[in-house]
Amino acid sequence: MTTHTFKLNGETVTVEVEDDVRILWVLRDVLGVTGPKYGCGINVCKACTSHINGKAFNPCSVPVGAIGADDEITTIEGLADTVDGDGLHPMQEAWLEHDVAQCGYCQPGQIMAAVALVNRVRAEDRAITEDDLDAIRNVCRCGTYSRIRDAVRTGAEMMG
Amino acid sequence: MGKQAGREPAARLSRRSFVGYVVGGTSLMVMADLALGASPASAVPIPSVPQIPELYDLNDFLVHCTLPTANHVGIRIDEQGDAHFALPRMEVGQGITTAVAMLIAEELDLPLDRVHVTLAPARPELLFNQLTGGSNTIISMYTPIRVAAAVARKALLEAAAIQLGALLTSLVAKGGVISAPDGSSVTYGDVATAAAAPTTRQVKVTLKAAAERTVVGTPQRRIDALDAVTGRKQFAMDIAVPDALPTMVCRAPDLNGTAKSIRNEAAVKAMAGVTHVAIIETGVAVRARTFGQCIDAVRALDVEWNAGPVAGKSAPDILKELRAAQLPLVVPKAGAATLDGDFVFHFRSGSALEPNCAIADVRADSATIWAGLKSPIDAQSKIAKILGLFQKQVSVNVVQGGGSFGRKLFSDGAIEAARASKAFGAPVKLMWHRADEPRQGRVHPMAVSRIRATVLLGSVISFEQRHTAVPTDFRHGLGERLTAEVSALPTGLGNLGFSETVFMLTQELPYNFGVITQLLNEPKPAPDRFNTSSVRNIYSPDVATANELMVDQLAKRLKQDPVAFRRSYLKSRVVKRVLNRAAELGEWGRAMPAGTAQGIAIHKEYKGATAVLVEIDCRPETVNRKVRDAVTGPRVTKAVVVIDAGVVINPLGIKAQMMGGFMDGMAQALTYGNHLVDGHFLEASWDNSAYTRQWNTPFDFQCEVLDSESKVPGGVGEAGVAASMAAVACAYARATGKMPTEFPINFHDPLHFEPKPFIPSVPQSPTDGLSYTS
Repeated sequence: MTTHTFKLNGETVTVEVEDDVRILWVLRDVLGVTGPKYGCGINVCKACTSHINGKAFNPCSVPVGAIGADDEITTIEGLADTVDGDGLHPMQEAWLEHDVAQCGYCQPGQIMAAVALVNRVRAEDRAITEDDLDAIRNVCRCGTYSRIRDAVRTGAEMMG
Repeated sequence: MGKQAGREPAARLSRRSFVGYVVGGTSLMVMADLALGASPASAVPIPSVPQIPELYDLNDFLVHCTLPTANHVGIRIDEQGDAHFALPRMEVGQGITTAVAMLIAEELDLPLDRVHVTLAPARPELLFNQLTGGSNTIISMYTPIRVAAAVARKALLEAAAIQLGALLTSLVAKGGVISAPDGSSVTYGDVATAAAAPTTRQVKVTLKAAAERTVVGTPQRRIDALDAVTGRKQFAMDIAVPDALPTMVCRAPDLNGTAKSIRNEAAVKAMAGVTHVAIIETGVAVRARTFGQCIDAVRALDVEWNAGPVAGKSAPDILKELRAAQLPLVVPKAGAATLDGDFVFHFRSGSALEPNCAIADVRADSATIWAGLKSPIDAQSKIAKILGLFQKQVSVNVVQGGGSFGRKLFSDGAIEAARASKAFGAPVKLMWHRADEPRQGRVHPMAVSRIRATVLLGSVISFEQRHTAVPTDFRHGLGERLTAEVSALPTGLGNLGFSETVFMLTQELPYNFGVITQLLNEPKPAPDRFNTSSVRNIYSPDVATANELMVDQLAKRLKQDPVAFRRSYLKSRVVKRVLNRAAELGEWGRAMPAGTAQGIAIHKEYKGATAVLVEIDCRPETVNRKVRDAVTGPRVTKAVVVIDAGVVINPLGIKAQMMGGFMDGMAQALTYGNHLVDGHFLEASWDNSAYTRQWNTPFDFQCEVLDSESKVPGGVGEAGVAASMAAVACAYARATGKMPTEFPINFHDPLHFEPKPFIPSVPQSPTDGLSYTS
């Protein structure tokens, strides 16, 4: 086992675990951070989507040995703290406004993917298109897809 | 069941008056009999006339199954005046906890956020009455829950009358506060303890009339929405149970193959993080510090396997079996007057996004289980039997599920976890790998549906359907041990009887087509060749798709517009209403470019009716659009769902179920299937199985919930699937000019993926995730 240090939701954490263990399991099984969900383990379903240094990534497909002390991981649990104020992140508010969730299992990943999409589109100085929404890969077996599309647009507006 | 006839009229005093109980104790606990609201049970024997669901459907059957058990549901009022209710059903996303909280808030005059609904653990005394299935929760619990809440309200009012020195009839309860005419008031919390009764007493209450309602019928967001968007909502694998380490199972390359021996047990045990390795009934279980290390161990295992029960068989073999077993049609072929249709429906996975999973802590004289279970009593009974324990020594905690779609009626994960925990002598947190789900998990059974209709003198005079299917496993029975054992009789005959019963009680063709017969045959009754289950909406999506495609053919033969034809032949007013509204909302008949078309379909089940109108684009530029690693194909651009769901509890929840049902039905029509090749299913991931994704989602989705003329709520969790699948199929037929006869429609397209290996049984997680940040 090796000692690994990285930033998680604003705090520095240190874990003892083998280098090749994927970050999803470090979060869930070692650190008890259960917001990111397992849905496939092969970077297909996107249920574990979280952020690394502000960009969406899938911790099921990154060994803990691939990140270092300066890397900052944000999971759904830490999303609200990335914006000012005591409340939720605007994208979470948008999710509530559209009552998106059904079973809720995929929704942490959906929200994290949505925030990254809005940031990316904004960096490209353009509006979200149907093609952008079509390219969201996150599976929702309950089929909340249309509400997700609406909530991403609302969330984008609320993110200002 | 007949014994109980006569009990119900005694409990129901008038249409809205019922009797419930304040339970003796030091805090306020109220109860109502779960059988309240069911029509008298004397009619339990199933009528043997055609088109049974018109008179007596699966939901009546499920409600009547609750009658023999003198069981109750209770609401507790705490010292703050909040209401607590442990629902003997399972929430899997269908919104029942929200709907139930609304019913309680309404009848108790308490704000919705002060009603706390949890899931009850297995309660064996409830017998039949702890099964979540058939979209039956609200239908069966509508009255008992309201009665219990009304009893609580009355007890609080009586206590307040004493405390305020006011006449009971002069008091007004609102928002958890009781006010007297002189302006004085008490909160529910102030009088909750005083309202408790030293001994149990009977209380007569009158339920609110529809016009008095302020919560029921209004759109309410899910009560767990905040937990869902913050990651706080706990599913089974999120629960911390001491020492319950990650556990996975290495499975056979063949469907339902078993492990004979492990050739490298010592080497695998020595791997990083691994604590235990053992053969269990379904494969080789491994326990490790992390699931990642379980995956490594599963991949490293060298196992000698026994062949599975369908070794070497492929989909065409099963199709041949089914065709050979088709029951004969009665009406002879009569030249041009006859329309024949023959449809094939392939296996498709019933997986939820949350894989099968459970935590189990098995000790020498007890066991505790945590899992998402829709038949927890059946799970408790089966696990006790496997472990050699008494049923009462097994505690089964029901956890909210990450979807079900029929999958969680069975307790596969919980049973496996119990076996592994016993084998290891240690607690386990067992989870299936995604690859295991489509390959070894429960599927919607493959089926063929043969239809013959006869048209004479401009009118349809007969419609026969012979549905032949791989048996659906109903061995969860009605969630109770006795019935579970009946349907697990040797040779599978018990199962056949139950399947036919379910088919008979659910299938109804609501058209005036003269002589109508719809029969099911399940030729190889032993249901353990394939792992099937009553996947969302059971037989209906396939049956309705076959029917509605034929209805369009009949309309064409009679040179009528599909909507006009349906209007003239539909015998049900409820169905006509949803059809008319869907046609109006969706602008039926508007001009569409070549290669695109509208399609419309109806379905009647769950005490209500659904109509779906879609617009589909089958033009090459759309069909061939490229999204990385995606199955694109025809795009449904617009969908309109109209439902009459009976009395509406939560319109927002119903709309959510219709959207979900639509995405499900559309996938089953177009893309979602399992390929059986050489004794195993090829699909091993969501990209392989091609369930609906954003690139398949309609740009415009609308749903309208009609004001119903019905006095009872209907079921909504499954009601959207059948008409959605049928409407998409009908639209595809009209857009391409070719009626599809095999589903999913893309089944024979060149395989869009490279099948993952079967040994090892699970793929390794990639390591290049940082190359795909976005």
